[in-house]
Amino acid sequence: MRSRYTGKTFIVEILAIVLGIAFLVPFYYVISNSLKPFADILSNTSALPKVLEFQNYVSAFEKLNYLKVFTNSLIVTIASNVVLVIFCSMAAYMLVRTKKKISHVIFMIFVAAMIIPFQSIMIPLIKTAGTFGLLNSVWGLVIMYLGFGSGMTIFLYHGFIKGIPVELEEAAIIDGCTRFGVFWRIVFPLLKPITVTIVILNSLWIWNDFLLPSLVLQDPELKTIPLATFSFFGQYTKQWDLALAALVMGIIPLLIFFFAMQKHIIKGITSGSIK
Amino acid sequence: MNSHSKLEKVETSALELQKNTKALTSVSLNKNKKLKDAGLFALFVGPVLLAFTLIVLIPFFTGIYYAFTDWNGITGAVKWVGLDNFKYIFTKDKQFLDSFKLTTKYTLVAIILTNAIGFGLALLVTQMLKTRNILRTVFFMPNLIGGLLLGFIWQFIFVKGFASIGELTKIPLFELAWLGDANTAFWGIVIVSVWQGAGYIMIIYIAALQNVPQELIEAAKIDGANRWQILRHITMPLVAPAVTICLFLTTASSFKVFDANLSLTNGGPFKSTEMLALNIYTEAFVNNRYGIGEAKALIFFLVVAAISVIQVTYSKKKEVES
Repeated sequence: MRSRYTGKTFIVEILAIVLGIAFLVPFYYVISNSLKPFADILSNTSALPKVLEFQNYVSAFEKLNYLKVFTNSLIVTIASNVVLVIFCSMAAYMLVRTKKKISHVIFMIFVAAMIIPFQSIMIPLIKTAGTFGLLNSVWGLVIMYLGFGSGMTIFLYHGFIKGIPVELEEAAIIDGCTRFGVFWRIVFPLLKPITVTIVILNSLWIWNDFLLPSLVLQDPELKTIPLATFSFFGQYTKQWDLALAALVMGIIPLLIFFFAMQKHIIKGITSGSIK
Repeated sequence: MNSHSKLEKVETSALELQKNTKALTSVSLNKNKKLKDAGLFALFVGPVLLAFTLIVLIPFFTGIYYAFTDWNGITGAVKWVGLDNFKYIFTKDKQFLDSFKLTTKYTLVAIILTNAIGFGLALLVTQMLKTRNILRTVFFMPNLIGGLLLGFIWQFIFVKGFASIGELTKIPLFELAWLGDANTAFWGIVIVSVWQGAGYIMIIYIAALQNVPQELIEAAKIDGANRWQILRHITMPLVAPAVTICLFLTTASSFKVFDANLSLTNGGPFKSTEMLALNIYTEAFVNNRYGIGEAKALIFFLVVAAISVIQVTYSKKKEVES
């Protein structure tokens, strides 16, 4: 039944391709119009560009301060991932291996807090963050991502570590290895599959996040890509030639990331959703 | 699993035996070890627990307090006002009630459409199509991009793209000013979120569909079942757990919609498409009424928490049944 490619399958295939093209139409409009002079965007929105106008990109690149905002996004995403992976894997390991009531209680608090929507705590968060000097600083933002991402990350690590047999670690301890050494040399390398999943899920979240950085980072020098795109749209309303070029430049890093990591992303979503 | 836990038991008892012998030989050594264990525990769990307390727990609990005050975020003076904020919200703040209704309606529409289309796409790309891998990528792609950029992309489509298609085809649907009217602007947000979410849901449904044993389908075919009967009586019941997961995933994310709402319509025209999250944001950071904003945020939390608790108990019950 599975092996036959019949006439019916062919019709389904054609329908599926039409649907696929329909899904891509918004991308077509944005990319093709980003390469047109302003007058052409208004008069020939649906047509392909007659000449390729790269000037839009040059202007938008400068006005967005693209290199700067791209670097900011990259720093925030990488640094947040590093602290999330290091501190959450350590915590999850200790919570699994210490068979005491307190481990269970701490773990349950982390899990329960996952249901708190960001909007419910953003108002007092800004006050607390101000008190501790976390506002307007990349490191402050990274600490916030550690706080907000910890529930999900610890949850995923916790589930994975429970499946790792403890014998390996005991052998190492007998050989004179410290607990710290056991974790980093023996356990952490075994966590690689779940670490990949965690990094992908957290990267997409942090890279695309708008609301939290918009509340924390006021200094224009610290803006990430979503923040820069937002203020760019506010500043150049209806200047579609610049706005669309800026949008495309916002999307490109995500597409590169996707095509480089496609397999892992699909796997990550499947395993991340079935929590 | 069972043998594993047994092993663990043997080990812990062995460890305990070890401890006991140690305790016999030297009590002070035992004390030392306990202290060392506690130190290690703090070293491993401490950093993230500290960040979590600072970023999540403290704001959460102080937020509950602020919901009962007249805090405006600027002056230091915070006065306790009891239930006044809640009274105001439920009796005088028509915009909040409208946002609540709109968000509920939006959530219902979005979960139905996202799941129906996501499931349809999953069925499509699990057929023996030559292009199925490319199609999966295509359907999933919008999901990579955050809601903010997606909203801007669609702003251009609705404003310029639709106008152009309308001019070319004369189809009245495309000739409307989509974002200028409350009703079509609402559907605009729905379109954006379904376009984004369907591919994500599709991935989960694909995994579920691939777990349906082929033998069952073959057997049904031999018994003379048609495609629809196979789908209805074999595939659907077997992917039911995935449906539950997806329904709750989409419920939570739809109820919390913010980015696409902000960038596509910014609540307009005339606040007619302002969803709850945007309403809370505006109340606090635009109107500077932090106390009322926090009271709304608390109501928002209670609704989301209720949805999550129902989800957890429901899936636990399912697990026991199966």
